[in-house]
Amino acid sequence: MTLDRIRIGFLPLVDAALPILARELGFAEAEGIEIEPVRDMTWATVRDRLLYGHSDAAHLIAPLAIATTLGRGRPPAPLSVPFVLGLNGNAITLAPALADALNPDGGLAEPRAAGKRLVEMVRARNAEGRRIRLGVVHRYSSHNYMLRYWLAECGVRPDEDVDIVTVSPPFAADALAAGEVDGICVGEPWNSVAVDRGVGKILLVTAQVWRRGVEKVLAMRTERLEDSRDLVHRLIRALHAAAAHFIEPESVEKNAAILARPEYVDGSAILIRRAISDRILLANDTEPVHVPDFMFQYRQGANFPWVSQAAWLYSQLVRWDRIPFSEADAAKALRVFRPDVYRAALKGTGAPLPGASSKLEGAIASEIGAGSTQGRLLLGPDRFFDGRHFDPDDIGGYLEALPG
Amino acid sequence: MRIAVIDESAGRAAVIAEGLNAAGLTDNVVITERSGLLARLEGLAPEVVLINLENPSRDVLEEYFTVSRALAKPIAMFVDQSNEEATAAAIDAGVSAYIVDGLSKSRIKPILDLAVRRFQAFSKLQRELHEAKSALADRAVIDRAKTILMARRGIDEPGAYALLRSHAMRTNRRIADVAEAIVTAENLLGDHP
Repeated sequence: MTLDRIRIGFLPLVDAALPILARELGFAEAEGIEIEPVRDMTWATVRDRLLYGHSDAAHLIAPLAIATTLGRGRPPAPLSVPFVLGLNGNAITLAPALADALNPDGGLAEPRAAGKRLVEMVRARNAEGRRIRLGVVHRYSSHNYMLRYWLAECGVRPDEDVDIVTVSPPFAADALAAGEVDGICVGEPWNSVAVDRGVGKILLVTAQVWRRGVEKVLAMRTERLEDSRDLVHRLIRALHAAAAHFIEPESVEKNAAILARPEYVDGSAILIRRAISDRILLANDTEPVHVPDFMFQYRQGANFPWVSQAAWLYSQLVRWDRIPFSEADAAKALRVFRPDVYRAALKGTGAPLPGASSKLEGAIASEIGAGSTQGRLLLGPDRFFDGRHFDPDDIGGYLEALPG
Repeated sequence: MRIAVIDESAGRAAVIAEGLNAAGLTDNVVITERSGLLARLEGLAPEVVLINLENPSRDVLEEYFTVSRALAKPIAMFVDQSNEEATAAAIDAGVSAYIVDGLSKSRIKPILDLAVRRFQAFSKLQRELHEAKSALADRAVIDRAKTILMARRGIDEPGAYALLRSHAMRTNRRIADVAEAIVTAENLLGDHP
């Protein structure tokens, strides 16, 4: 049987796991697909390869799929997201002295308490003319949005009180080591690399900011997706099977070894194994601690592209690009996430399929059953740290209530 | 018109700069270092920035173009819709271009075409170099295999080569691959120290 080839762009990050494992462990082949990974070092290049046909699909930061569709910084090019590659998995890692000042007791910090100390620290540093400088991986990344969400809620104005700069993931630990930044918000294994080198301590993980924050997605040009629906459906089934395998505790060792290879993450299997088993080393003179839901790649419909997630990302794009909310843009942004394609792909398999395409985000305090058209769907706690809810039908009202 | 060429491959950057100079675009600056990139750009205030597609500084650069107040006019990626084809050709060649707002298309097009041609020429050179290198390596391994066969089988050089060739044809492999296998086997099994 000849296999249909799909080229998938990715950055060397732990959460590129699903397409990589689908290729390496036969899940793609079982669907008649050969995945050809295309490795790059910047999101700009992953995006350009996708737009100009060097790749068919991409492991992409979710907000960039929406920004590209809306034409932020370049002419608009419609992208579609039929599958979410994972939730969270990022952390805020600070230079050790700053981390100790914000979190004197060590361990994982409490977001509000650390934020309160940060306000003081920002005031002191600005009085000395030494602004705190924080690195994020891209303007249109959940890292940027999560960091800013936390800062703003704690009373630190992200654009006025601190500097937020772009640092590509593979260079984040270097930037921290060189003192170019005081902290980074980045995905794994790059926080752990900084901790391992003794140049950073993990203060918070993004799951503490939003327990079910949408992270990487599978993005395709909308035209390409519509032209090859059958192939896309098979790819989604392969990725879904890879996701089920990914979270099996007994496969962690082998998965980490695959991801660590030079053609993928090109990093330490030990650090990668910790990240994918939610065991995080916060500081290099301590023992790894279990951080529940640090990465969330499969359970509770994690791969389902909720339209309300796209709506939240759009709300943050409006908020931080400081552009007016527009019904027309909102409609375009919401259409990027494609639950219809996800459902069509997984219909008839054992995968739980939500009945709704959108939900109130941040409203679930403990595990509950949710309406489904197939299988049994449970949804776990999805709180934002400030307790706010996000109603996708009232983006304008939500934005008004948020601190500037 | 000032053009900045950003490329971590000093060789390729030189090839681009040489092309620009030959075309009379002598106000060009090559930057190969990742550190201090933004500070250098700020000092140079280029109107056109050419950067190789795989350069690890692209995200940092795009963000700088978005927020910098140091540059008099905003710079954006060269993707005017009417120039989609030129952009696609550039991306295919492995170069992305950022152009200051308001620069006329007639002035941009020749620069981009030139960059594309130079990038392609550089890739071709590299490919040829790689092929030449592997041809040399092939010849060395074939010579070594012939020597082994001559010693082991007590045959002359044409006989050893004929043996290699016929085995390669029979097994549908390259002569160099058969030779490689013989050399490997000899290293593992042979009675040499």
